[in-house]
Amino acid sequence: MLTAAESQALFLSIEVSLTGVFCALPAALACALLLARRRFRGRAIAEGILSLPLVLPPVVVGYLLLITFGSHEPLGGWLLHHLGLRLAFNWKGAALAAGLITFPFQFRAIRLSLEAIDAGLLEAAETLGARAFDRFCNVILPLALPGIIAGAITAFSAALGEFGAIITFVSNIPGETQTLPLAIYGALQQPGGEVEAARLAGLSILLALAGIMLAQLAERRARAFVLG
Amino acid sequence: MSIEAHLRHRFGAFALDVSFRIEERGITALFGPSGSGKTTTINALSGLFRPCEGRIVIDERVVLDTERGIFVPARERRIGYVFQDTRLFPHMSVRDNLYFGWRRTGRSDAVSFGDILALLGLESLLSRKPARLSGGERNRVALGRALLANPTLLLLDEPLASLDARRREEIIPYLERLRDQARIPMFYVTHSVEELSRLADQVVVLKSGRVTSQESVFDLLSSLEFSSLTGVAAYGATIPVCVLEQRGEDGLTLLGFDGGELVVPRIERRVGAPLRVRIRAEDIMLARERPAAISANNVLDATATGIRSDGGVYADVQLACGGIRLIARITRASLVRLNIAAGMPLFAIVKSVTLESPGAGSDDPLL
Repeated sequence: MLTAAESQALFLSIEVSLTGVFCALPAALACALLLARRRFRGRAIAEGILSLPLVLPPVVVGYLLLITFGSHEPLGGWLLHHLGLRLAFNWKGAALAAGLITFPFQFRAIRLSLEAIDAGLLEAAETLGARAFDRFCNVILPLALPGIIAGAITAFSAALGEFGAIITFVSNIPGETQTLPLAIYGALQQPGGEVEAARLAGLSILLALAGIMLAQLAERRARAFVLG
Repeated sequence: MSIEAHLRHRFGAFALDVSFRIEERGITALFGPSGSGKTTTINALSGLFRPCEGRIVIDERVVLDTERGIFVPARERRIGYVFQDTRLFPHMSVRDNLYFGWRRTGRSDAVSFGDILALLGLESLLSRKPARLSGGERNRVALGRALLANPTLLLLDEPLASLDARRREEIIPYLERLRDQARIPMFYVTHSVEELSRLADQVVVLKSGRVTSQESVFDLLSSLEFSSLTGVAAYGATIPVCVLEQRGEDGLTLLGFDGGELVVPRIERRVGAPLRVRIRAEDIMLARERPAAISANNVLDATATGIRSDGGVYADVQLACGGIRLIARITRASLVRLNIAAGMPLFAIVKSVTLESPGAGSDDPLL
């Protein structure tokens, strides 16, 4: 079936994507809440910046991460010395890159599901004695859940395919930062690596397909569960 | 119980300037055409809307006073709100919807969960989600949810507007029971004369953001001006009556009102039960002399107290009949022929009486 190197790339991809998406989720939820429910100055700019990873060349994102979190940069150095957190040339850096690139998928899906919530339900909750945090936990969050799940799974599927930002920020180190797309690239760089590249590409396609189908299924299930 | 409200607000071209004071219990209807400020007014009462100027005092508790900077938020007002679109939480079962306010503010000796379920017939719906309820069931759940929060005042925003006639008929008895048995005062927004006649005790009439009158529902419906508010259809008087006697021999029921009696086909209610009946303006004939040998059962002594004619075929005559008022619609030709003028004694021949509370259940207090 899969060679040791292939399964290493596969599982690293999954680990990197899961970590990145999971860490980006709270931030995406917070930003979506802010933009869906509040009106403030600079809202349009904030919205643009949050969607930027979607349109920016990934290599630019990787470059920005490199000059921010590189071990010799102020912030990267501080993280390394004070928290022992190394991001550059490390799988955690790959997760950060994957999470950042796919952040807009989560942010947008959550925002749409928040905007779809009838504000009247929150008024009703208020007349029944619910405070803001209570309304958030018991009305907003459960109703946004299908959107949150769908956003996270879509982001995960997209993160599996992230290439430019990862290779720029954390390089292509087998077993550390070499996710599936990087492994394909690596195979193509070697003479006679076409077969290997084709196998990995096929694996990527299967994985992406499974991810998208899972996202649809999960959203339907969650919606049915929430709305009965 | 007293509720006092003075509200002023501007929305673009529309200005709201509403003032009223309610001392009585029961249902106060806010009546008026669409866009007259009814919903805005109860939103202000609930605390969901904050007018730029105003003062609201509910039972000596000031919940809004813009001059003194007082604004009690909706969640602390303990005012129940039944929304027109019900606003049930779609992700919760009926049970969890009902518990929502109960858990937060409702728990008290004043409301019993079981009593409210029984009053509104909700027992069999508890495990369903709102998506699986009919329109009428949703309304009942919304009503129950608001009541279970143990409110000091209940607001209902056209709770029947989204229902067809049959579903309305299904809900109205519950509202009547609530009015007659619960101690909670209610504000009821409506533009339906039928709902006014059946449910309201007093009426605040709104027009273009202003209060044009505030009076008992019986006075309002029998006023000569009322037809100009609602058009010619559905014009007539509603009068409070009580069952005096069930006559076994001819299957008729004798109803008594302030200053007279009415005989109607049998109504299955105990003697002494309070009811409302409606006598439409076109169901009254007028005579100068007591008619003899006539098939109508009800001929009432009356005095003309006012006449209104817009110059068309018909004229409306307002009658005082003991302590109540009636409206008769006759042709202008008859008015001239009989030479009817205000103050003239007349006989009102009542052709038909409609019972206004057919569905009402038992008279035993539930709440």
